[in-house]
Amino acid sequence: MRKIWDIHGGIHPAENKHQSLLKPIENAGIPAQLILPLAQHIGAPASPIVNVGERVLKGQMIAEAKGFVSAPVHAPTSGTIAAIESRVIPHPSGMSANCIVIDTDGKDEWIDHHGVEDYSALSKLDLVDRIRQAGIAGMGGAGFPAAVKLSTRDDKPIETLILNGTECEPYITADDILMRERAAEIIAGAEILRHIIKPNKETLIGVEDNKPEGIAALKKAAEGTGIEIVVFPTKYPSGGEKQLIQILTGKEVPSGGLPSDVGIVCQNIGTATAIYRAIQFGEPLISRITTVTGEACGQAQNYEVLLGTPVQYLLDKSGFDKENCIRLIMGGPMMGYTLQDTAVPVVKTSNCILAPTVAELPPPPPAQACIRCGMCAEACPVSLLPQQMYWFSRAQEHEKLENHQLFDCIECGACSYVCPSNITLVQYYRASKAEIRQAQQDKIKAERSKERFEARTARLEQEEAEKEAKRAARMAAAKAKAAAAANAPEASKADIIQAALERSKAKKAEPADPAQAAIARAQAKRDGGAEEESPQEKTERLQKLLASAEKRLVAAKEKLALAQEQQSDNADAFATAVSKTEEKLSAIQKELSEHQASQAPAKTEPAGESTDPAQAAIARALAKRAGAGADESAEDKTTRLQNVVATTEKRLAAAQQKLALAQEQNDANVGAFATGVEKTQAKLDAVKKELADHQATLGENAAAEQATSDDPVQAAIERAKAAREAQANMSEADKIKQTLESLENRIAKSKEKLEAARAAGDDKAEILADSLAKLEDKLATAQQQLSQT
Amino acid sequence: MGFLKVSSPHAHGPMSTARVMRLVLLATIPGLFSLTWFFGFGTLVNVLWASITALAFEALALKLRKRPIAFYLNDYSALVTAFLLGIALPPGSPFWLIMIGTGFAILICKQLYGGMGYNPFNPAMAAYVMLLISFPVQMTTWLAPQGSFAGDLLGPIDALRYCFGFGRESIDAITMATPLDVLKQNNSLLIEDLWQESAQLGHFAGIGWEWANIGFLLGGLYLLYRRVFTWHAPISMLASLTLLSVLFYDGGSSASGGSPLFHLLSGGTMLGAFFIVTDPVTSAVSNRGRLIYGALIGILVYIIRVWGNYPDAVAFSVLLMNFAAPFIDHYTQPRTYGHKLKDQQGGKS
Ligand code: SF4
Ligand code: SF4
Repeated sequence: MRKIWDIHGGIHPAENKHQSLLKPIENAGIPAQLILPLAQHIGAPASPIVNVGERVLKGQMIAEAKGFVSAPVHAPTSGTIAAIESRVIPHPSGMSANCIVIDTDGKDEWIDHHGVEDYSALSKLDLVDRIRQAGIAGMGGAGFPAAVKLSTRDDKPIETLILNGTECEPYITADDILMRERAAEIIAGAEILRHIIKPNKETLIGVEDNKPEGIAALKKAAEGTGIEIVVFPTKYPSGGEKQLIQILTGKEVPSGGLPSDVGIVCQNIGTATAIYRAIQFGEPLISRITTVTGEACGQAQNYEVLLGTPVQYLLDKSGFDKENCIRLIMGGPMMGYTLQDTAVPVVKTSNCILAPTVAELPPPPPAQACIRCGMCAEACPVSLLPQQMYWFSRAQEHEKLENHQLFDCIECGACSYVCPSNITLVQYYRASKAEIRQAQQDKIKAERSKERFEARTARLEQEEAEKEAKRAARMAAAKAKAAAAANAPEASKADIIQAALERSKAKKAEPADPAQAAIARAQAKRDGGAEEESPQEKTERLQKLLASAEKRLVAAKEKLALAQEQQSDNADAFATAVSKTEEKLSAIQKELSEHQASQAPAKTEPAGESTDPAQAAIARALAKRAGAGADESAEDKTTRLQNVVATTEKRLAAAQQKLALAQEQNDANVGAFATGVEKTQAKLDAVKKELADHQATLGENAAAEQATSDDPVQAAIERAKAAREAQANMSEADKIKQTLESLENRIAKSKEKLEAARAAGDDKAEILADSLAKLEDKLATAQQQLSQT
Repeated sequence: MGFLKVSSPHAHGPMSTARVMRLVLLATIPGLFSLTWFFGFGTLVNVLWASITALAFEALALKLRKRPIAFYLNDYSALVTAFLLGIALPPGSPFWLIMIGTGFAILICKQLYGGMGYNPFNPAMAAYVMLLISFPVQMTTWLAPQGSFAGDLLGPIDALRYCFGFGRESIDAITMATPLDVLKQNNSLLIEDLWQESAQLGHFAGIGWEWANIGFLLGGLYLLYRRVFTWHAPISMLASLTLLSVLFYDGGSSASGGSPLFHLLSGGTMLGAFFIVTDPVTSAVSNRGRLIYGALIGILVYIIRVWGNYPDAVAFSVLLMNFAAPFIDHYTQPRTYGHKLKDQQGGKS
């Protein structure tokens, strides 16, 4: 007999398991409609790859995984995609999220699929990828993508592979019946897992001693495989991953760490069978065993349910008595959550639907004062002091809560269960956790906005100073001009000044609409000669601004890349800075192109109508300058892009070197470096593309120039137009598209990070979530912009 | 639709605060019975009158604090306080003494601090100490134990009469020093001789006293069995008391502190160990904390009994340790899963 460790605390609630074990697993059949949430797992939601109206086959992938911590979704049966829309999903808050809705056709027609002849001939990577493609997520409750857990790193050797067959929650028997009826599949799955993980010590299946039939079946199936079935006394919550690890190995997963930190990988037995079917037959995860039980169900029993089956469908099958039931629970009575709507579907993690009568689980009585009896501390499997946490939670003493390890609470509910005063302790902890996370976010936000504010103030001051200098210069110029006009008593010059005055009046009355403005300006131009703050000047100014903004953008992007490579905390701040700069840049570009656009038509008329040679000359000069300006900026851009390419290449080389070094030394950061290299490569490609595009446009411009070069004014106009177009294309559509792409990339990346953090129970998760939300906002804005251009 | 929206857990255990309190009340029966058997109906009248006044004070306080009276009276906590105080007071105490005691316990020690769960001191013990200091004469007038409801033992009617102040003179005729007093005042006799000399010392700790303590021990064991509290505090208190009395037994000389059994079975030892020290509200919360809390009470009891000025010491010791409970809690935070104790302590202060 191997040693069994005990966990602290624990409780023995009424098991109520026999009711649903009287009948074998029954196939629940095909409901008329299946609702498949895109997020049935922990991690980034899958993204749909089918269109409404499309016919899909059973087992066909309909949404693909988005990032590393994600899982695809497959069609559970054949039918037509009826909608891709927001539906109520199984979630404690009763919220809605994106779902793919399939109208089933009853034919249950499989897509072509194949298993693997001999899995032991395949590499670990290959097998894990198959598991990933099969959309398998932990079926015990949390729904962590199985492939992620199996992607163990070589530098962290795994000692023990544990299959969790504990099922400690009352009422639920999905795993129990699986053991009784499909023990061979569990063992086959365990063998595949063992092949993937290669634990260097042992493979264990942990089962509570209240499942003697299941244990017998498993033991028989496991004969000669070396897989050990470990039976231990029934106690809630032995089935928690950390608790089971402690029971079987005596090891504790460090706070904030993962089982792999202590050389352990843990999978649910349901997940193991799903893995077996995925490898052996090529079947993705499209159905699961769900217990439908509770006294309000005429017949409690386990069903093999297609994912996406509405709860109402199962309740109807089980003779549900609505009159007698005031709460409907998805999951067990200890950790399950109440459903408000019976239209929610069964998902990958739905192990139980509990419909108790009022007498069976009566509504909670009002809470009394805490009598400090300490029963909660006695019951806590994590050795927390629930009572103290309760007082601190009421007093909102967040620091003390954290010092009392609030975030190690697994929300098992044992403390609430035993509390004689009926205090809803877990609810307090959930609320406090949310508050603390919120506070942390707020703090970060406040810090960031402070930084932003300071930067803005500095910038405004500088701008003000520059403006002041310009104003002084302009004043001086105007004085000089006036003096010149006074000195030269020619009519034309007087006219020019007069015209300038009129134009400035017109400008004051200028309407906001740029087209109108252009007309007004054109009229003003016809009336007189050159402008007092001439369009060229404006062009120049804008171009200068543009150049400096571009420079700033490049610098910001470099900083960002550096921060990302080093996994710096500031990466988000830099990202914000980059996108801000990008926004500003596009704003300037827009202004510039508008300005040039308004200038171009304005010049047409003087060219055609003007009889005054001086005016013609001015116009020509203007046109030339405008054209030259456009050319210059294009050239600038070319050199700039070339520069960027050069620096990016340099960075890429450096990153690759670092990566190689890290790989040699088996550095833990290899992953980070690899991402860095990839990112840099992507950026390099993007920049190169931009450069090529730009040069192509330049070529066109040159051609256009040649075609029309006999008329300089016309040429200037053409050039301006081309430049405007090029910029409109570049700056509006392409730029935004690029921004979009990069935003999407970033969103995917940060989602991954977020999920990893969430999975690890990392406190940073919320921060990441926050920045993710911001990125998504930005993406939305960019998309809007794109649709507007 | 209309399904309840509540957060997990949905199941609840069988224990409720009212049930805990009822069990505690139930567990006092064997001790109460022994007291009545040997000392007459005085204790029962104490308990009865204390209960009535305590409930009245509680209702009054709740009314003044504008709380739902029935809801809070239903938790039985006032009754538990009344029972414990009634048992601790000398049998046949005058009604005003009891009333002052319950008033002090309920109004000042409990409701003034915010009601059940918020009181730092055990109300019954605080009231007992207050009465002992204010009315030393009444508080140390103990009837002589008789046994079997015999002879001139207080009958129910007499007990009521005494309680409400009629014919109190005659009570003095049947009072005597408690065994703890006897031992305390002894400075010439060997323990063995002392026991031979003083019949009321019984086998170990005085006729009646022995049996009352055994009664409370039984009740306590029942509560342990029903898992109303854990063994840590009471057992460690009894253990430390035993240890000290063994150390200072001194072979039974005239300066002896008394035998271990004498200490375990006399005075309020068992009542204290199982009904006072286990009071959840005012004790330490973690098991380790309760071990320390109980042990320190045991030590204090011995010190005060043998070297202090008061013959019995449970109430004083408990009050002193009520002070210390928060500190004990602070230093006995259990090691959380996945944490090293060191880190935890570091992060705490
Ligand atoms: S179980 Fe309830 S009453 Fe007892 S100490 Fe914990 S919170 Fe307080
Ligand atoms: S819910 Fe949290 S505090 Fe309560 S028993 Fe479970 S782990 Fe401990």
